[in-house]
Amino acid sequence: MASGLTVHDPRGFPPHVKGKRLAPRPESLDGKIVYLVDCLFDNSEAFMDQMRQWFAQNLPKVETRTIKPRESWVDDADMRAKVASEGDAAILGVGL
Amino acid sequence: MALEEGGVPSVAIHTHVFSRLARVTALANGMPRTRQAFVPQPVVDLSPGELRGYIEGKDRISGRPFMQEIIEGLTGPLGDEDMKGLTFDRSIPRLLAPDSEENLQRLFIENHWTDFLPIVLPTEERVAAMLKGTRQKPDKIVGRMAPTSFREFWEYNVEKVAVNAVMAGARPEYFPVILALAASGFTAKSSSTTSMANLAVVNGPIRNEIGMNSGIGALGPYNHANVTIGRAYNLLSQNLQGGSVPDESYMGTLGNPLAYSFCFAENEERSPWQPLHVQKGFKREDSAVSVFFGLRYTQEGYGPRDTWQEKMRRCLSAGAHFPPLLVMDPIVARLFKDRGIATKQQLIDWCAENARLPAREYWDDQWVQTLLHPLAVAGVEPYATRLKAKPDEIVQMFEPKEINVAVVGGETQGAWKMFGARYQRTLSVDTWR
Repeated sequence: MASGLTVHDPRGFPPHVKGKRLAPRPESLDGKIVYLVDCLFDNSEAFMDQMRQWFAQNLPKVETRTIKPRESWVDDADMRAKVASEGDAAILGVGL
Repeated sequence: MALEEGGVPSVAIHTHVFSRLARVTALANGMPRTRQAFVPQPVVDLSPGELRGYIEGKDRISGRPFMQEIIEGLTGPLGDEDMKGLTFDRSIPRLLAPDSEENLQRLFIENHWTDFLPIVLPTEERVAAMLKGTRQKPDKIVGRMAPTSFREFWEYNVEKVAVNAVMAGARPEYFPVILALAASGFTAKSSSTTSMANLAVVNGPIRNEIGMNSGIGALGPYNHANVTIGRAYNLLSQNLQGGSVPDESYMGTLGNPLAYSFCFAENEERSPWQPLHVQKGFKREDSAVSVFFGLRYTQEGYGPRDTWQEKMRRCLSAGAHFPPLLVMDPIVARLFKDRGIATKQQLIDWCAENARLPAREYWDDQWVQTLLHPLAVAGVEPYATRLKAKPDEIVQMFEPKEINVAVVGGETQGAWKMFGARYQRTLSVDTWR
């Protein structure tokens, strides 16, 4: 339609999105340390405990360590640094 | 995703109802191939055995064994797409292609840019008129907003706020209040599953300058300024933050009728107590707007009558996580004063002292458990002390600083309401004139 009303777009300005690569994966988790990150949602502690037991029973060569951020919904840089320096992989849950 | 960036192979587990949201979020972070696994909703209230069933069962989205998704997500070679992520730009045009009013109204609805009520189309002329309501330049950046703290933040300028103010039907003289709300950076369209809404309380000379209602029917919908300022706050929140779309950027399971518009002016002239903005550090002659969020519950009462303390105690124990905002007619405020409560702060202190629950009930609240329990475990007070209480021991639920009182209404009834609403902040309106 050539004529008509001209109106503004009501949306804000989105940030530029820069592609980020995934971290390289090991071939196997045998002998590796996997951090189970309890995201502190209601019952996530119980879920992660079941996850820990599953690894102990089914993949005993994998060492699991449970860790929690200092608060819910907070990016805990100290916790991330610990996982990065001491762990080989991480499972996070159960979050939104 | 921050762990992946730090070199740690990761899998994030979500419940299946968040699959679309999780994927949209990964895309907006430039990492669309983020490994994710999905268990059924809910996780809350399930026994260890039921949770184990999730782990030993199938991924609710892919249909493959859940633990296979986890293990394969953490191991094995990466593909080209995994290595480069996805870089893209989403430029937003300033103006839309010309079209008929009917087609544009439809376009705005289809794009989720409205609250599904008719909007005033933001033509160049109308937006230019709105911009005359402030001395600020149209390209001045006002703030950034996101549906929740872990989503991407979108930015906006004065002109973009004006566009949404026009859509809401606001007049240029209201624009400084709307700009102050936008400058809060605090969204009125949170994506929270708990279905929150926001409230704006206006104080100071601006109330009367723009004809706001603090009398009969002030909470709505009986005043043009009250209603359209509140609506503008909601519309600008959803549009300037990048959307409030169910199953994508809005997950409130019930929704909230107060999220259309909720804004009123405090009745400073008839209140026996200090205005809200003065309590928050402003001068009486300043104009300011205070933002509250949550609005998960509403209760009401009349009086205060002889048993007001018993009634108030019952109401105060209704919501363990969101503190009370008491909104009362000037009649009620004056009767409280007659009963010896000389200031708002005295009433607030009484409420803090009497908002109590057995520890067992307090800690069983889902949001107390999710948000406050970790703080208690970390030794943060007052939560740590509350956590030490025995199950039947009575604990205090709120600190005085969390509780607020506003006086509003037209004195046709000695009515009060209690909203579960958390105070966010008070912003200067004068800054945005």
